[in-house]
Formats: sequence, structure tokens, C-alpha cells
Amino acid sequence: MSADGQIPVKPLDVPIANESRRAFLFGLGAGALVLAVGLPAPRALAQEAKKYGGDGMPGGLKDDPRTFIAIDADGTVTILNHRAEMGQGVRTSVPMIVADELEADFSRVRVRQAPGDQETYGNQNTDGSRSIRHAFAPLRRAGAAARQMLEAAAAAAWAVPASEVRAVNHELVHAKSGKRAGFGAFAEAAAKLPVPEAATLRLKAAKDFRYIGKDGRALVDNDDIVTGKATFGIDVRLDGMLYAVVARPPVYGGRVRTHDAKAALAVPGVVKVVPLDGAPIPSAFLPLGGIAIIAENTWAAIEARRKLAIEWDDGPNAGYDSAAYRATLETAVRAPGKLVRDAGDTYAALERAPNKIAAEYYIPHIAHAPMEAPVATVRITDGACEAWASVQAPEAARTLLAELLKLPKEKVTIHQTLLGGGFGRKSKPDFIGEAALLSKAVDGKPVKVTWTREDDIVNDYFHTVALERIEAGADAKGKPVAWLHRTAAPSIGSLFGPDTKHQRAGELGQGLTDLGFFGVPNLRIENPEAAAHTRIGWFRSVYNIPHAFATQCAVAELAHAAGRDPKDMLLDLIGSPRQVDPSTLAEASNYGEDPKVHTVDTARLRGVVDAVAKASRWGRTLPKGRGLGIAAHRSFATYTAAVVEVEVAADGTLRIPRVDIAIDCGLQINPERVRSQMEGSVIQGISLALLGEIRFAKGRAVQTNFHDYTLTRIDGAPAEIHVHAVNATDASLPLGGVGEPGLPPVPPALLNAIFAATGKRIRTLPVRDQLRGG
Amino acid sequence: MPTINVNGRDHAFEGNPEMPLLWFLRDVAGLTGTKFGCGMALCGACTIHLDGVATRACVTPVAAALTAKVTTIEGLSVDGDHPVQQAWKELNVAQCGYCQAGQIMQAASLLKQKPKPSDADIDATMAGNLCRCGTYTRIRAAIHLAVVKTGGAA
Ligand code: FES
Ligand code: FES
Repeated sequence: MSADGQIPVKPLDVPIANESRRAFLFGLGAGALVLAVGLPAPRALAQEAKKYGGDGMPGGLKDDPRTFIAIDADGTVTILNHRAEMGQGVRTSVPMIVADELEADFSRVRVRQAPGDQETYGNQNTDGSRSIRHAFAPLRRAGAAARQMLEAAAAAAWAVPASEVRAVNHELVHAKSGKRAGFGAFAEAAAKLPVPEAATLRLKAAKDFRYIGKDGRALVDNDDIVTGKATFGIDVRLDGMLYAVVARPPVYGGRVRTHDAKAALAVPGVVKVVPLDGAPIPSAFLPLGGIAIIAENTWAAIEARRKLAIEWDDGPNAGYDSAAYRATLETAVRAPGKLVRDAGDTYAALERAPNKIAAEYYIPHIAHAPMEAPVATVRITDGACEAWASVQAPEAARTLLAELLKLPKEKVTIHQTLLGGGFGRKSKPDFIGEAALLSKAVDGKPVKVTWTREDDIVNDYFHTVALERIEAGADAKGKPVAWLHRTAAPSIGSLFGPDTKHQRAGELGQGLTDLGFFGVPNLRIENPEAAAHTRIGWFRSVYNIPHAFATQCAVAELAHAAGRDPKDMLLDLIGSPRQVDPSTLAEASNYGEDPKVHTVDTARLRGVVDAVAKASRWGRTLPKGRGLGIAAHRSFATYTAAVVEVEVAADGTLRIPRVDIAIDCGLQINPERVRSQMEGSVIQGISLALLGEIRFAKGRAVQTNFHDYTLTRIDGAPAEIHVHAVNATDASLPLGGVGEPGLPPVPPALLNAIFAATGKRIRTLPVRDQLRGG
Repeated sequence: MPTINVNGRDHAFEGNPEMPLLWFLRDVAGLTGTKFGCGMALCGACTIHLDGVATRACVTPVAAALTAKVTTIEGLSVDGDHPVQQAWKELNVAQCGYCQAGQIMQAASLLKQKPKPSDADIDATMAGNLCRCGTYTRIRAAIHLAVVKTGGAA
């Protein structure tokens, strides 16, 4: 325990409120006070206009320097990170941005994690590849404002014009008089000054960036991670804490019919058995219910759970069966569905086309399986609740806990720990809700709920299952003339609304209604119905996975049918360089971005194709059994393209000697983390293409742990991954996301490479043993 | 009373000797650096050293550790400066970092047995350690760098 009786988390993660003994001069958290004038984000002024980007998110964007920056009398700069860290490096990238505009010396910067508080920090929902895309501009403003306040304070003390004082590398300098002093000397005075108006801020020119865009920045959490001191959700320890696991309904919508806990209660260390109400369908973020065991340690709870006798009422999804459901989806895509994008006369053009293909692609459910399964700890004292959790959406957690405990939201505090992986799973706070209900069941004592791997896999919010049918045609010269895509996949909307049968605009807008194929005159996209029978949730890059998989495999199939090179066919489909407003194509969500600013820019899409083709030496001759595959995709306002090289032995054994991936997300703030996100996306994409599958039988997930839900291991990882940055220093481009866009092109590039190497076209994921036996 | 020696310190243990060492370390001894990933020796997140050899703590009962010396990530080096830890930092191997304690303990054990491993050696020994974030190519590079840092070889 630490001195204040709290959890022994590293100081970096201690909530700011506990730091009262430090004399912060820019009062961190002061943004919540009345004097928080803040800086209105530019677009927030236009009340009537539709808001885009971070301004359009709940809570909007905040840029008050007093919220995000504290400077100690000794000059130590503390920067608040308000986004969830789950491996994307945001705890390193956020301070890079602020420290740069502040002119701080990075070695004197510390990072602290903000609690969940949307009103103070702005939107904190860490998904959708949004953190830097949205926070770059406001964080720059916060840093620049603080710098100007320091300059003004020094100028006043030295009785010189403010315009003559400059902050340079953690010092304030008056060149004329030769006066200089550290930040600490003027922090107190600066904090009393008004925050400068947005219009008066002097943001740095890109050429003057010290940290932004510079490669090789060490992760701020490196020391803690390599010594085991980093605090993830599962590592939280509180005085008097109890440990819980829950036996949840194995079928979505199921409930406990009867249970017998006698044997479980006899396990030494067991404190209490608590039945939890089952969740209605749709369950949204509600806990699934079941029978909870509360014990003195995790193992006792797990052992006792084994001894529970439970009879389940499986409810309406008891019949969910993956093989049968695939047949349902196949039937759906073989008939016309709801029209969602249309150009030309696709059916007639298909009829006439001399070269054509018709192909169906199946992408099964997958489970997120972050290495740290969901874990949360909750304590309730004096009508207030505190939660510690690895959560991507702290505000959603706050809302849920307030609802479950019938507390005002202000009485709920969410402390963000590091996340041992998220991938979208931890955007859903159901597991934190369980901890809250269980803490309440033991008079508010702290309770940590741990999900075992089995819990995590069996009761995931699964990535959707999808059947994608594409019919495409090329003319006698091999030019593409028609493209028909039917997509059938249960929508994430089914979590929130009953009878949801169609993908929502935001889902169809992940690579379909916004598809950057303008070189084909007839293009039609339809969305037949698909009902959900389990919890469907966001998985890294979401509907881009099935949409890009089908589209980019079909490109290579059409090329083959027309006797052309797949890269040339891809470029023909994309067409000549142009910028298209996606809202002119279909009802578009465009990842929340302004469709006139974040256009579908085919020059950039072509650019990543060209870059990756060049780097991989596309078209080179390869020995027998080797092949190259290519794919490109726009997602989260970023453009990526991948070339995968495979080697398939006579017995079907597959090896991946090399992967090249190009990314154009505009200006790269932290190139080192962009690279690592691309490497991770490549490996996760390979893993899901080759191995990833959750099947359902009798309503239940068949796979339960890493022996049957297998993932790529180091011996299956590519020998080399090369990441190629495109437009990485062009600050004039609208920023794109980084965490997710690397994934979508990888599975189709891999399957196209397998075809090139073997002549075998695999349309059902995962590949698994489909290469064996010729 | 039985004791378990962890990182050179004796811890008293009164509970059920069948308790997996993982849960003793995390819940009883408060050493949370060793992670839970699967509980079935499938992922390597819980890798510790038992008398210097990489072992999965999730399937090792406390009873098996009573006569052995247990080393966890917290005890791998005094200042976090084991060559493997240094190499991991230098190459920014971690993404979320959750698997990395196990990866580092496995890699340190590998280098003890094979001071100059090839990529094939690395793949064979490290294949028990899952990383969902996909840091494998950097893990390979970092192990080679740790060899250099150990001084003997390149
Ligand atoms: S937790 Fe021990 S190997 Fe996975
Ligand atoms: S770094 Fe996240 S699981 Fe390995």
C-alpha cells in the first residue's frame, strides 16, 4: 500500500486528485472550476453547423492548458494524458505534442493519467483510431497557450515587452538583456494570467517541431513495463480487497434457472456467492448476469466456480449454430438486398461483360482476446463509487455504474490503468458493472472481478460474422466495367436496438459505401438482412475487415479472370486521382470527419499502392511455391496498402518471408509508434486470416482458450516487416488514424499471395488446414 | 510454517499448497509483475524462473516451489538493467506491455541456455509466449541485441 492507503500503482497512474501536497502551479483539474474559460474550439462557435471530428464527439475537445499541464516550482512539467493507453503509445505521443508547443525539455516531463471525466477532459473514448487525429490540434493549443503565459509572466517580471521573451528548451530567454530563467521560476506567476485567446496563439511552424514527427522516441512506460512495475487493470490492489469470478450464461440472453452453491461455499477462502440478474436482449453494456463467487483470492474463486451446479435457461439464441447461420447468410446474398450505393447500371453491365467473376467470401466471428482479459475493481464508500479498470471508454463506464448503483454520475470515479490490450473489447464496460454490483453485495468492500481466458473468449462481444458476395466484370481489354457487392453481416446496432437487421451507415461506410473505386462506371452495393444471435462488438478496424477482405480478393480474382496483373487492375478500379466527398456517394459517416475535408482521395490511395509495390519490388520473379499478394484500403481517414510474400511448401506448410506495408495518415506525430502499430496490425491480420475463428453450436462459442482459439505465435510471424511512410511530413493533409488502418489490407494481401503461390483461391477464413492435401 | 523464496526473500505460506504459484505471487505476495493470461500453460504471460529455468507459474503448484528459488520479473535484475531488459527498452519492443514480463523472463532463460541463439532457436523457444499486440519481429531483434549487450558475441 502506498502512503495514502491507496493502490500501489506507480505515481504515473495515481489520480491527480491525490496529489494535493504538490504545489502544482497550473492547477491540474482546475478546468472543472468556474474560471475555466478555456479556448473554444474553432468549429464549436458555429452552433448550427454539423460538428465533425473531435468537436462532434460527446464532450467535444478541451484545450485549456490548466487542465492538461502543471509546472512545479522546480520546473518539472506534468502533462495529463486523457486517453487510454493500450499499446498504441498515446501516453508517449500526447506529451510529445504538448511538450513541443510548450518548448519543454522532454527529459523534465512527466505523464499522468487523467481519470474518466468527459466534462473536464473532453471526449475520452479511445477507439475509432481517434486519439491523435482529434487531440492533436487542441493539445497543441494547450501547449502553446501555456508557453505564452510563461513568456508573459517573465516579461512582466523583467519589465520588457512580452514579444521579446521566448521560451527555449525549458527556459525563458530575453535575448536583448541576456536574462534567462527556468520554467519553474515563472510557473506560479504564469498560472495567474488569463489564458490567451485562440486567435493570439503562436503555434509552431512544422519546421520548428522538436518532438512532433521525430523518430525514435522511447516509450514513457518502458522502465515500468520491463521491470514488472507497470499497473494494468488486473494489478490493482486495495486494502481489504476481495476477488471474484462470475459464471455467466453461455448463450446470449440466457439466464440461471436453478443453481446449487453448497459445494462452492465449502471451498476454503470463499466469502459469498452472489446471483446476478441476467441481461435482457439487447444487452448493450449491461453485465450478462449469472452466479458470482467472491473469495479471498482469485484461485479460491476459480476453484469454487468449478463446483457450482447451474442449470441454464438458454433463451432465444439457444439454436445459434455457425454452419446453419452461414447457409442463412449465403441465401441472403444470393438475392438482391437493400440498395446502399449505386452508380450506372451494374446488372446490365455485368450481363454484357466478357470477363467476369462471382465469388462469396466468408469471415467468421473472432474474439478479441487481449492478453489481459477484462478485469475491474470497484469500491463503494459513503455514497460514492470508485472503479479501477483497463477501459477504453471511461465515460461509458461512469454512466453504467451510476445507473447500476443509482448514484449521481459525479459520485462515480473511473481510474484508468494501463490496458493489457484493448482492440475494442474494452470499449464495453460490462465487466466494470459486474465489479460494482459485487462491491455493493459486500457492503461496498473493494471487489476485483477477474475474467479468465475462458470467460473472455466465451462471453466476448464478438467481431461480426460476414458473408460478402461480389460479382465483377471486365471488358474484352480487361478494363473493369461492373462491380456488384452484397454484404450480409449482423450489425453492432443489434447490441442497442432489437430487430436490427442491416448494417448501419457507419458500418457500411467502412470500406463499402465509401469505397474508392471510381474507375469502374457501374458500381452497386447492396445490404441484405442479417440478424444477430450473440453480442456483436467493435473489433480493431471493425467492418473494414470483411469489406476489405472481399473487395481486395475480388480485385485479384477479376485480374486473373481478365488475364491482368492484380496491381494494375487495382489501380484501374481506383481510377485517376480525384478527391470525392463520400457524402455524395451514400449516407456517409466518414468516421465522424468532415467529408469535404477528409475526402476519399484516390491520389493518396494510389500513392500507397505505388509505394508498397515499389518497396516490395512487385512483379519480381519468384521461385516455385512463392507468391506476392497486394491489397489497399482507406479506413479511419488513412490510406494503407500491403504486399505479403508467402512460401507454401508441397505439404501446405506456409511461411511468410516478408510483408511490406505503406501508410499515409498525413503527418506522423510519433513515427516510431506508427511503425509499431503497422507491425502489430500485420501480425494481427495474419493471425485472423490464418487461424482466427469462433464457431457457435447450441448457442455457445465452441472455442474456449488458446488451445482451440489459436493465434499467431512468433514462429508464424513474418521474417521481416517493412513499414513505408507516405506523406508522413505533410502537415497540410487532414490527419488520419493509425491504430486500426493497418489491419484491413493484410488478410486479402495474404490470401492473394497464397493464390499467386499455389493457384488455390481460398474464400473462407480462416485458412487453417485448407492448404493441406493439395 | 512453509516458506517460499521469491527474489531472495522468504515468504510465509499457510494456504492450500495446490494453489498455483501465479496466484500466490499476485494475490498473496503482492508481486503483480507476473501476469495471468490463460491459466493453462498456453500463453507464457506467467513465466517466472524456478531455479533459473523458465516455468509457467499458472500450472506450477506452490508445493513445487517450496524447495526452489523463484525469480519473477521484479527480481530479474536490481535496476532493470538485465541485458534483455535493456534491449527491450532500446528497441521499444512493448506495445501494451502485458505479455512482456513473460517474454523477458523466457528470453533471459533462453540466453542462459543458448548465449547466441539463431532466429530458429528464438522461434522455437519463444513460441510458447503469445503477444496479441504482435511484437514478435521486435522480440527477435531484441534478443539478438541482448546477445550483443551481454558482450560475448554478436
Ligand atoms: S497464464 Fe500461464 S501460460 Fe498463460
Ligand atoms: S505487447 Fe501487448 S500482448 Fe504483447
